[in-house]
Amino acid sequence: MPRAQKIALAVMAAFFLLAPLAMYPIFLMKAMCFALFACAFNLLIGFGGLLSFGHAMFLGTAGYATAHAAKVWGFPPEFAILFGTACAAVLGLVTGLLAIRRQGIYFAMITLALAQMIYFYYLQAAFTGGEDGIQAVPRGVLFGFIDLSNVWAIYGTVFVIFMAGFLLIYRVIHSPFGQVLKAIRENEPRALSLGYDVNRYKLLAYMLSATLAGLAGATKALVFQLASLTDVHWSMSGEVVLMTLLGGLGTVFGPVVGAFIIISLENYLAQLGAWVTIVQGVIFVICVLTFRRGVIGELGSWLKKPL
Amino acid sequence: MTEIFGVPTQALFGQLLIGLINGSFYALLSLGLAVIFGLLNIINFTHGAQYMMGAFVAYLLANKAGLGYWWSLALVPLIVGATGVVIERLMLSKLYKLDHLYGLLLTFGLALIIQGLFRNEYGTSGLPYPMPAELSGGTNLGFMFLPNYRAWVIVASAIVCLGSWFVIEKTKLGSYLRAATENPALVQAFGINVPRMITLTYGFGVALAAFAGVMAAPIYQVSPQMGADLIIVVFAVVVIGGMGSILGSILTGFGLGIIEGLTKVFYPEASNTVIFIIMAIVLMFRPAGLFGAQK
Repeated sequence: MPRAQKIALAVMAAFFLLAPLAMYPIFLMKAMCFALFACAFNLLIGFGGLLSFGHAMFLGTAGYATAHAAKVWGFPPEFAILFGTACAAVLGLVTGLLAIRRQGIYFAMITLALAQMIYFYYLQAAFTGGEDGIQAVPRGVLFGFIDLSNVWAIYGTVFVIFMAGFLLIYRVIHSPFGQVLKAIRENEPRALSLGYDVNRYKLLAYMLSATLAGLAGATKALVFQLASLTDVHWSMSGEVVLMTLLGGLGTVFGPVVGAFIIISLENYLAQLGAWVTIVQGVIFVICVLTFRRGVIGELGSWLKKPL
Repeated sequence: MTEIFGVPTQALFGQLLIGLINGSFYALLSLGLAVIFGLLNIINFTHGAQYMMGAFVAYLLANKAGLGYWWSLALVPLIVGATGVVIERLMLSKLYKLDHLYGLLLTFGLALIIQGLFRNEYGTSGLPYPMPAELSGGTNLGFMFLPNYRAWVIVASAIVCLGSWFVIEKTKLGSYLRAATENPALVQAFGINVPRMITLTYGFGVALAAFAGVMAAPIYQVSPQMGADLIIVVFAVVVIGGMGSILGSILTGFGLGIIEGLTKVFYPEASNTVIFIIMAIVLMFRPAGLFGAQK
């Protein structure tokens, strides 16, 4: 890890450890869940060059599976999260096999359509509770001795999950696997002619991204004790694109910063109703037209160090 | 009462008719998307919002200016198409040298802005739009009752679709368009103003969406969200048809509308998802789409 990134990592960890002294822990946990979600999404677009417009299906599926396992089956939190994450991974495998058959713009449209299909399924399925969602999900007792109803216990758990997910993604993009992914993004025919099974790499990256997005969704379900249709709706898929774009596509820390900005924005603009959508749209337009590197991308190029 | 496969014919033909109506909108919208994609290489995510704008401008023309349905049918595509021209000149034209995905992201952002603005102003509940007096009532065909307005929607959109196909495939103007799709630099070297053609093409695609919106206004209520979910279905239609052929996207649109209608009769639980399921099946066997070029 280069020195600039080590410092950035330390700053990020210190921020999330000290911030609850000044900010609401529930808000910070939400930010960490979305940061992990955005990092998972960034793994696919930033390093694989695949724009998924349906990532909400993984967030939502893991949320529903975790909530159902914890509430109806009485799973302890560690198994509920594992189960939710595994469901997202399976969904990633199935949808990935279909979606990677097309590239570029078609890939985006296909993932969007598949996610919409999943959305309609959850809208009709009995176990999701329709418009109400699954409410009052018990947080349970982690490993049999950490009571997650204590706010600091759950805060610590979310922090550990977030950091573990973040470091795993960091490891992946700097591994030989990540280098091959970048090669495929830059020039697919050349990677193919060098003997790489391009589709297998893409599918693996897609599944990994789906699994980590699922981990974020599973954690979020326990934090808010709720799984609802909001998390599977296409607007959520759009939101994660926005977070990553604003923070910086293909940067390591960008998605975290982007997620934090967007979540804070929604917090402050919540009483303004539809204006939230308008502000999001405006940020999209500004980012695409003049700010394509994002906050961290710009910072990195100003410091001349990749962040 | 007569039955086919245990379903009353009235219900069957009724759903077929609804399917054809939906199919008309799928065809008009996917045609617009295909035309825009052909020349601009951009998937126009704003298409659903522009369809909604079509319905809203018709509503506003009726309520603020007293202009009826027929005026709207002529004026709204021009007005909304003009906004499309402005969007293309001010924003989209800056993106042609970049990855195509940025076009998708920009138009997604625009869709959020437009839908948000209309929702702020008019709320989420639907607003009624009267049916034109000339087309109220219906015709009894013996086996079913056919409302005149619905017949008109099917015929009018078929005419507009086939007219667009004719212009693009059979006229000189269309041949410039197709040539510019293949090789814009060469066409420009022959002295044809390609940038202007791109602008007008985007305007035309948007006008098609607005036209569909006006026709939809009397059937569905006018609401800010009316295009948001529709556009996702239309994306699936486009993936199924493949964007290589104009006629292909028209046929796929109508065909999928009919299939969706039939699903409502025989297995209503799947009527929301059937088009997405078909998309998955098509992707398994013909990834380039039914009418797309295999590469």
